[in-house]
Amino acid sequence: MVGGAATAMAASTPSDAQTKRTTMPPDPAAMPVTMPVTLKVNGKDRPLSLDPRTTLLDALREHLHLSGTKKGCDHGQCGACTVLVNGQRINSCLSLALQHDGDAITTIEGLGTPDKLHPMQAAFVRHDGYQCGYCTPGQICSAVAVLDEIRAGVPSHVQADLMARPQASNIEMRERMSGNICRCGAYSNIADAMADVAGAKA
Amino acid sequence: MKFTEPAGTNPIDRMTVVGRAQDRIDGPRKTTGTAPYAYERHADAPDAAYGWIIGAAIAKGRIRSIDLDDARGAPGVLGIVTAGNAGPLAKGNFNTAKLLGGPEVDHYHQVIAIVVAKTFEQARAAAGLVRVDYDRASGSFDLDSALKTAPLVGGDSNEGNKAPAADRVGDFEKAFAAAPVTLDAAYTTPDHSHAMMEPFASTAMWKGDELHIWTSNQMIDWGRGDLAKTLGIAKDKIRFMSPYVGGGFGGKLFLRADAIMAALAARDVGRAVKVAMQRPLMANNSTHRPATRQRIRIGAAKDGTIQAIAHESGSGDLPGGGPETAVNQTQLLYAGPNRLTAMRLAVLNLPEGNSMRAPGEAPGMMALEIAMDEMAEKLGMDPVAFRVKNDTQVDPQKPDRRFSQRQLVRCLEEGAQRFGWSRRHAKPGQVRDGRWLVGMGMAAAFRNHINRRSGARVTLQSDGRVLVETDMTDIGTGSYTIIAQTAAEMMGVGLDRVEVRLGDSAYPVSAGSGGQFGAANATAGVYAACVKLREAVAQTLGFNSADIAFAGGQVSGGNRSVPLRDAAKSAPLTAEDKIEFGDLGKTFQLSTFGSHFVEVGVDAYTGVVRLRRMLAVCAAGRILNPKAARSQVIGAMTMGVGSALMEELAVDTRFGFFVNHDLAGYEVPVHADIPHQEVIFLEEADDKANPMKAKGVGELGLCGVGAAVANAVYNATGVRVRDYPLTLEKHLDRLPEIA
Repeated sequence: MVGGAATAMAASTPSDAQTKRTTMPPDPAAMPVTMPVTLKVNGKDRPLSLDPRTTLLDALREHLHLSGTKKGCDHGQCGACTVLVNGQRINSCLSLALQHDGDAITTIEGLGTPDKLHPMQAAFVRHDGYQCGYCTPGQICSAVAVLDEIRAGVPSHVQADLMARPQASNIEMRERMSGNICRCGAYSNIADAMADVAGAKA
Repeated sequence: MKFTEPAGTNPIDRMTVVGRAQDRIDGPRKTTGTAPYAYERHADAPDAAYGWIIGAAIAKGRIRSIDLDDARGAPGVLGIVTAGNAGPLAKGNFNTAKLLGGPEVDHYHQVIAIVVAKTFEQARAAAGLVRVDYDRASGSFDLDSALKTAPLVGGDSNEGNKAPAADRVGDFEKAFAAAPVTLDAAYTTPDHSHAMMEPFASTAMWKGDELHIWTSNQMIDWGRGDLAKTLGIAKDKIRFMSPYVGGGFGGKLFLRADAIMAALAARDVGRAVKVAMQRPLMANNSTHRPATRQRIRIGAAKDGTIQAIAHESGSGDLPGGGPETAVNQTQLLYAGPNRLTAMRLAVLNLPEGNSMRAPGEAPGMMALEIAMDEMAEKLGMDPVAFRVKNDTQVDPQKPDRRFSQRQLVRCLEEGAQRFGWSRRHAKPGQVRDGRWLVGMGMAAAFRNHINRRSGARVTLQSDGRVLVETDMTDIGTGSYTIIAQTAAEMMGVGLDRVEVRLGDSAYPVSAGSGGQFGAANATAGVYAACVKLREAVAQTLGFNSADIAFAGGQVSGGNRSVPLRDAAKSAPLTAEDKIEFGDLGKTFQLSTFGSHFVEVGVDAYTGVVRLRRMLAVCAAGRILNPKAARSQVIGAMTMGVGSALMEELAVDTRFGFFVNHDLAGYEVPVHADIPHQEVIFLEEADDKANPMKAKGVGELGLCGVGAAVANAVYNATGVRVRDYPLTLEKHLDRLPEIA
């Protein structure tokens, strides 16, 4: 069971604990061992020194303060943390930052700004493709990548003919977006926003 | 401003800004990731330490011992808070179970400790070194067996839905026994989880004896009050802020453990602490929509006139909790002289049951509207016609009380016409499209509207811009935008001249977000403040006539026209007021109505259900922003699809917890599940509701849609399933023969 780190642990005897402490005295003041990594985030080299356990998601949110990328589940179940790595979308919570030395990372902040929205961001506003806004950056990063994937001919589960070139149809986009959960239920509007950008009919 | 008489003509009626399908003003921030949520206050709390929550691994019992030594010695650890060192804590007025457990444990994943470290990774690792030894006690976890001896209990959802333990009109038993056509059927709905996308999250920082907390909460004043009560400090020592809330659906109505643990941890370690509850803890740690066991009996004359209707529901909760008020709508929705409603409440030691979007009506309508479908079939009537036949314009229990407005029949008939309902085959299992069995279903939608006091402060700034401040929250509902629209309409300025600040206890107390009461009441509060500001402007500019107009940035009256901004030339003008309500809400029944129409395909081979088309028609007073309101309705329809087809917290009745406690195990609809959705709003303005003439709509879209899906599945297959969710194994072995 994942919840509650203590759930699976049996009580250790005092002598066990004592032994451990004498053999490996922890230093409460110690900062973690860190390793260097350079991420190219939104076009800029960002050298960091990170605890190797740091996910790409937490490197962006907690170390670079790019908190547009959201943490919804930290387990690859919701898609809120979707970013583009070298042009492909990934769940940044399932990836350690150190795996991405030299990689080009595009986050929601790199797509556009409030004064200069990316066409997909503008389409989300126009079609009301969001409500609470928390899954939205992930939806938008995914939506941008989905249209790229369709253009690149990457096949999907809902294609009748896997050898044919996929089209930006409603069901094709919905299938490919299904790793991004929106509990507010803006799906129908997101499909409209994507169709608008793709130049297709919803 | 006290609203005691039906609203006359007022500036909102111009509807030059209000009522328009305006893009959300918070859209550019939300779509660029620049709207800061509770865990993202880097500028406000730059050195925040990280908290990791530990939840109880038993449902009921005691912590015999908790060994923190290794965790305390782990790298980076700054402190650990448990019930043992937290100091005395009270229980909030809105909490059934205490938020920090220990040594007694009240439910599974109740918080028992928080480990605080300099980094997130250190806190998580250290939490793994905490050892807890429990004394597990036996508990009551099985609703069906607990209901056998459960007493009748009345209840109030806190969100505008209440029902007495039992309520009778006429003689139900006698009329039911005499009725020529009857239905007596049992329905079940499972426990549901809010599963909002932003976890429970808080950043807490003490400044001396003052606590600043950025959190994710729907009701600023409730949360602030309960945080003060829990900590035993004065309410005015807390600044409670939730400018952006990543979804709530009722799960964030109340103070939750993230807030209290962040506050305790920050006090313990002497610096700001931020906490986001780990997703796998959320379902069991927080509240959920309780499962129900419902029985519905309907007796009608052969012409379809209902003569007797009874709705009984049983649910469970922790000791001190309340029932899911699933019978409430049955008191109001259909006519009939002989009526009975009753609720039973069992004591369960599962996590706390409480409000989730449309508490009461959501599961109640899921059952009632299947029953209506079944009854229509028994009568040989069309389900739309059967509902129309039993419409009422008065409260069926108190015929002197009229509905302020009730356009249910129009919703039903217009929906049927637009959806192509006449093409539906009354006999189920008749339509095939390749491998798909195709069916149509419908249901009525019903949800009460409620009045809540709501305040706001409005300032005309020296540059002529208007600033609105209220502690109202925007949980995705569009509050920022409709409040800006209201102020723009009232002050006669463009939307781009209005700034809205929300979700801060430094601002006047509002209705808050819940029970679909937010939009109408919060904007009515802004209306009240604007009326005062208009008076101040008029006085400052020397208009003595009451007959002045605010439009185009000008104030005009008689033969004078003055720029609005001139009123604030020497100093900003501020006005504060609140909307309060007299008895109109008691004299009249304020409710919202709608209809849902659904077409499904059921795979003849696998039993998989796929949605093909969805339509909702809503009559809910004036629609303040049709774009945002439509989104509220389609979002609710989507949640309704979830409750119809997939959502279910699976109960482990041995150990007393919800097994599928994350977003992989608790399935909610995804893109592929939801087709294009259509929403129609009937033109309406309810002058008995408030000066905005608006009512709630955010939950109406959920009420009934689950049953419309279930009825469509029945129409497709001929197999009636009365136990939600309608997963394929419940009808697979009874599907029509594959020709």
